[in-house]
Amino acid sequence: MDLVVCIKRVPDSAARIKVGADGKSIDPGGVDFVISPYDEMALERALQIKEEKGGTVTVVCLGPAEAGKEIRQALAMGADKALHLKDAGGGRGPLGVAKLLAEAVGGLPHDAVLFGRQAIDSDNGAVGVLVAGLLGLPCVTLCTKIDLDAGKGTVHRESEAGTEVIEVKLPAVFTAQRGLAEPRYPSIKGIMMAKKKPIDERDVPPPSGRLQVEKLEPPAERKGGRKVADAKELARLLREEAKVI
Amino acid sequence: MGSVCAFLESAKGKLKKSCAEVMGEGRRLAGELGGSLDAVILGKGATALAGDAAALGADRVLVGDADHLANFTIDGFIRPLAKAVAASSPRLVLMAASVAGKDLAPALAAATKGALLADVTAISAKGGTVRVTKPVYAGKALSTLAASSELVIATLRPNVFRPAAPEPGRKAPVEVVETGKSAAEIRTVVREVLAKASEKLDLTEADIIVSGGRGLKGPENWHLVEDLAEAVGGVVGASRAVVDAGWRPHSEQVGQTGKTVSPKLYIAIAISGAIQHLAGMRTSKCIVAINIDPEAPIFKVADYGIVGDAFEICPLLASELKRVIGV
Repeated sequence: MDLVVCIKRVPDSAARIKVGADGKSIDPGGVDFVISPYDEMALERALQIKEEKGGTVTVVCLGPAEAGKEIRQALAMGADKALHLKDAGGGRGPLGVAKLLAEAVGGLPHDAVLFGRQAIDSDNGAVGVLVAGLLGLPCVTLCTKIDLDAGKGTVHRESEAGTEVIEVKLPAVFTAQRGLAEPRYPSIKGIMMAKKKPIDERDVPPPSGRLQVEKLEPPAERKGGRKVADAKELARLLREEAKVI
Repeated sequence: MGSVCAFLESAKGKLKKSCAEVMGEGRRLAGELGGSLDAVILGKGATALAGDAAALGADRVLVGDADHLANFTIDGFIRPLAKAVAASSPRLVLMAASVAGKDLAPALAAATKGALLADVTAISAKGGTVRVTKPVYAGKALSTLAASSELVIATLRPNVFRPAAPEPGRKAPVEVVETGKSAAEIRTVVREVLAKASEKLDLTEADIIVSGGRGLKGPENWHLVEDLAEAVGGVVGASRAVVDAGWRPHSEQVGQTGKTVSPKLYIAIAISGAIQHLAGMRTSKCIVAINIDPEAPIFKVADYGIVGDAFEICPLLASELKRVIGV
């Protein structure tokens, strides 16, 4: 079973986000970067499947040179090799990102391609489905369970209707939802071995510019902090002042 | 070429609540673009909903109705949607940023090479450029994006846009969309649906959410949250700490690695307010916090806070809310 997992380098969910001097991107000062949590769940499940069935796990990452750190982390967790699409920046929309990833994934052996449900920075939740569409592969999003057998995947998908049990022919694309797998910590041995694993680095062309980030700004501050004496007063305020019930 | 095409989602034989929001915004944007507003409805039994789409302001309704569209699948829905969009030839396709919309919009972008703007909270089309505001980093920042593509596909965050008021009896021409051949072409087959979710709304669409945190000490105390939700007709949510501890399912998690919500009323019970939780609910219209710790960060964003023991306050608040709602 040859598995490909696409990962993204993002600010940690505990990070405070400050707007940078350009007014269009974040100030990376003091921010810890990590593998996007849902991508990490996808990677963990891919590693488990490899341990159960044999095969390979290849990590693909579109990101700046600094993303080498997150790629090493993925290799230390147990991925076999990596492809780093080095992005000099400039901002790409989901379609621009997906085109580059689809081209890269298309050139690798893949019985299944795994993504996180969304990257926790841009919050589009689109790239997995886009890559599937561009490669002509079936796609199941929001997977909380993924089992792969010869030529067939059986997955649980969390939808509004409940948990859907879905069968899909491989190769296919899956996106990970919380609950799929709890990412492991790399072992010391894993960290040592990761240093010797191959990373294929490629430069990518600049973005098309069809989608422009014009501005990044902090959200409006909430004027919170008002204290209410008791439940009775609160119920009255919600009814008469806030008019929300 | 200045028209807007709105994809309308249905469930249990009715248009979903978000459809009025999509149509309200669709009508406004069609005005800015100087074009008309088409609505697309797909699903088994979709034909019966064409009148409802007309009532919400559609100038034309495109319907794809077939047995193999009974369950939502990307494979099943993308073909008729792409056909409908080709027939409509819009500048802008709109749909709700719902579970299905988040699947369909990127699938449509892959099929049409249109630019995708996901989960937007404001949108304009003045001067022909589609410009949106979109929360990023789970709402810790807002991004303004401009798309110059010929075709733009945008998903609208539920509960943000002003819904269209239905005009009963309003009529619009209905056209049939080819739905593809059969279920055999759908490569993802839904074998069954387990643990059917309650009849309640999904968190992202709920008007009122009551969430509980670790201060409730254990899953056995969750009735405090549920009773309060029941009293105000709300949906139950949870903090990450509670989900990580296994007290509640991850589908109820509100926050940066859970669901991002903007209900009319968000009640946080015994939730301290970690950055990643605040990111997921800070756009709620009214926030209430109940916490024993007066220094809890949740109070900084709460419109109304009560410092005190949730175990005492919740039952009192439930009965007080029932009383005032009953008035």
